Amino acid sequence: MADTLIDHLGDIFGDQLVACEQAFDEITIEVAKDELLDICIKLRDEDYLQFEQLIDLTVVDYLQYGLDEWATDEATATGFSRGRQDLSQAKTKWKRERFAVVYHLLSVSLNQRIRVKVFIKENRPSLPSVIQIWNGVDWFEREAFDLFGILFEGHPDLRRLLTDYGFVGHPFRKDFPLIGNVEMRFDAKQNRCVYEPVSIQPRVLVPKVIRENEETIYVADPQSLKESLKREQNENAKGGSNG
Amino acid sequence: MAEIRNYTVNFGPQHPAAHGVLRLILEMDGETVVRADPHIGLLHRATEKLAESKPFNQSIGYMDRLDYVSMMCNEHAYVMAIEKLMGIKPPKRAQYIRVMFAEITRILNHLMWLGAHGLDIGAMTVFLYAFRERESLMDAYEAVSGARMHATYYRPGGVYRDLPEKMPQYKVSKFSNQKKVDELNQNRQGSLLDYLWDFTESFPDRVDEYETLLTDNRIWKQRTVGVGVVSPERALQLGFTGPMLRGSGIEWDLRRKQPYEVYPELDFDIPIGSKGDCYDRYLVRMEEMRQSNRIIRQCIKWLKENPGPVMLDNHKVTPPNREAMKDDMEALIHHFKLFTEGYCVPEGEVYQAVEHPKGEFGIYLASDGANKPYRLKIRAPGFAHLSAMNEMVKGHMLADVVAVIGTQDIVFGEIDR
Repeated sequence: MADTLIDHLGDIFGDQLVACEQAFDEITIEVAKDELLDICIKLRDEDYLQFEQLIDLTVVDYLQYGLDEWATDEATATGFSRGRQDLSQAKTKWKRERFAVVYHLLSVSLNQRIRVKVFIKENRPSLPSVIQIWNGVDWFEREAFDLFGILFEGHPDLRRLLTDYGFVGHPFRKDFPLIGNVEMRFDAKQNRCVYEPVSIQPRVLVPKVIRENEETIYVADPQSLKESLKREQNENAKGGSNG
Repeated sequence: MAEIRNYTVNFGPQHPAAHGVLRLILEMDGETVVRADPHIGLLHRATEKLAESKPFNQSIGYMDRLDYVSMMCNEHAYVMAIEKLMGIKPPKRAQYIRVMFAEITRILNHLMWLGAHGLDIGAMTVFLYAFRERESLMDAYEAVSGARMHATYYRPGGVYRDLPEKMPQYKVSKFSNQKKVDELNQNRQGSLLDYLWDFTESFPDRVDEYETLLTDNRIWKQRTVGVGVVSPERALQLGFTGPMLRGSGIEWDLRRKQPYEVYPELDFDIPIGSKGDCYDRYLVRMEEMRQSNRIIRQCIKWLKENPGPVMLDNHKVTPPNREAMKDDMEALIHHFKLFTEGYCVPEGEVYQAVEHPKGEFGIYLASDGANKPYRLKIRAPGFAHLSAMNEMVKGHMLADVVAVIGTQDIVFGEIDR
């Protein structure tokens, strides 16, 4: 099923796709920003594709991709690292465009799914809107604009959606602090709500770690663990009867 | 003749018919809606960003709080997404338990929807009836997880613990004497499965009872027939899923079309509507409750005959049992690492959808190989439905707006996230 979809994609688009890959039984195609609309129309209308539904639109900010807060790879002269590295100070490892807009499409008639990715650059990120192709994308694009600051050209009503009236910034970007920038309280003297800079400190409860080779660090083979447990129990039982 | 201008009405956010915190700006021409502009985000908690700062397992509890009337279904999508990334599969018994509770959750959700929808458009009694049955199912939630609503019961690799052998009992208090307590405890003498079996015996009759109140009710029909009609083509265009799509006559149910867990082994039907109005969607959901009841019965039968593990034995992802921890160093280390640091999930991205009571609930999970998700996107069915609000109410009367909100089964926990 999935293989045939890949074949059809190859037949229909050929070199138009930047990349096409299959992982976890899901097919992802990557397209260039300029070709997005053209490809999307074909995705909806071609006989073998028929993706008549846009299930989801989202954005991934790759700024901190692959960075960890706590080095686990190698011990230094003083042992493994103890202090947490501040991710906001770290240099990005990501070599490509910072944002990826991700579309999830569903074909109800052919029962297949596809993921479409478009990478866009950090400076004034913009993308043509697909609202003429799938009308339901309206709020998804507004949300992406609100939370990531992606501009969708041709969207009729690109307003903020989820954040507060008068909110500043794009909170789901990786460089936006989790605790936010401002806090609000009611001021009895002025008899209105006031915004002030946040008074709390950012805090990391569990540092982010990336373990390349998990096996050697703390994971034992569950089967061998069970056997060793059983052996021990037997020995204990024997010891008990002797004593 | 004086010129009549459209005027604007603010509806909500604090309004009982707004199902939470919906703020609607309605542009009215007399009593007819010209334009509806929903303002959402008043319950926005940035669940997705929070999840990025926590190990995978610590976000399961947040999933309950998304759509807070179908808690376990949200967890289901999340744990399945993690399992897909790690390439693990829970034991069969765990899958059956999950499916059984997913269907219990579907009934819970539909009962809540039925009660609130009825209340909104003037049917008081059905609300009280629906909440009676909800109470029984909440007890099942509590027996299995310890919490009536926010269960955090599903875990990557299975479920938190096996079904209890004994149901908790009512005790004599100053409010209920021995006779009353015996009566209340009548169906609680056996295990949780016996209790649920007893529930499924009587539930179809209860659904009949709701139907006697509504299905042929003249007022109910006047309020729902022909209101909020969505054609199948528009339903697809607008990204509708679940009962909203089936009400428009498209046979699409992920449990059948893209089956997950043990759904292929279970026998159930998919009801669809024909006209795509509020009344059809009402009928679809009523039938879904009966079908869920059928699925639960099949699960109970299987679970009674097949004891077994409910959690994977792989201590990379699941904690070792208490006993092993007490005298085995390795188990203790596993436990410590799992609860302080969590587990690292291989690099990659997946999208996992489940047939949530409201529609397609999807989790898009991108991992960079760390112990926390790099990006988590929650695809909430209600979000797509509410965004079509304008199209559904345009040209209707103000009172029909409430009927449309009801039929969309709006819950703000999942829309605002």
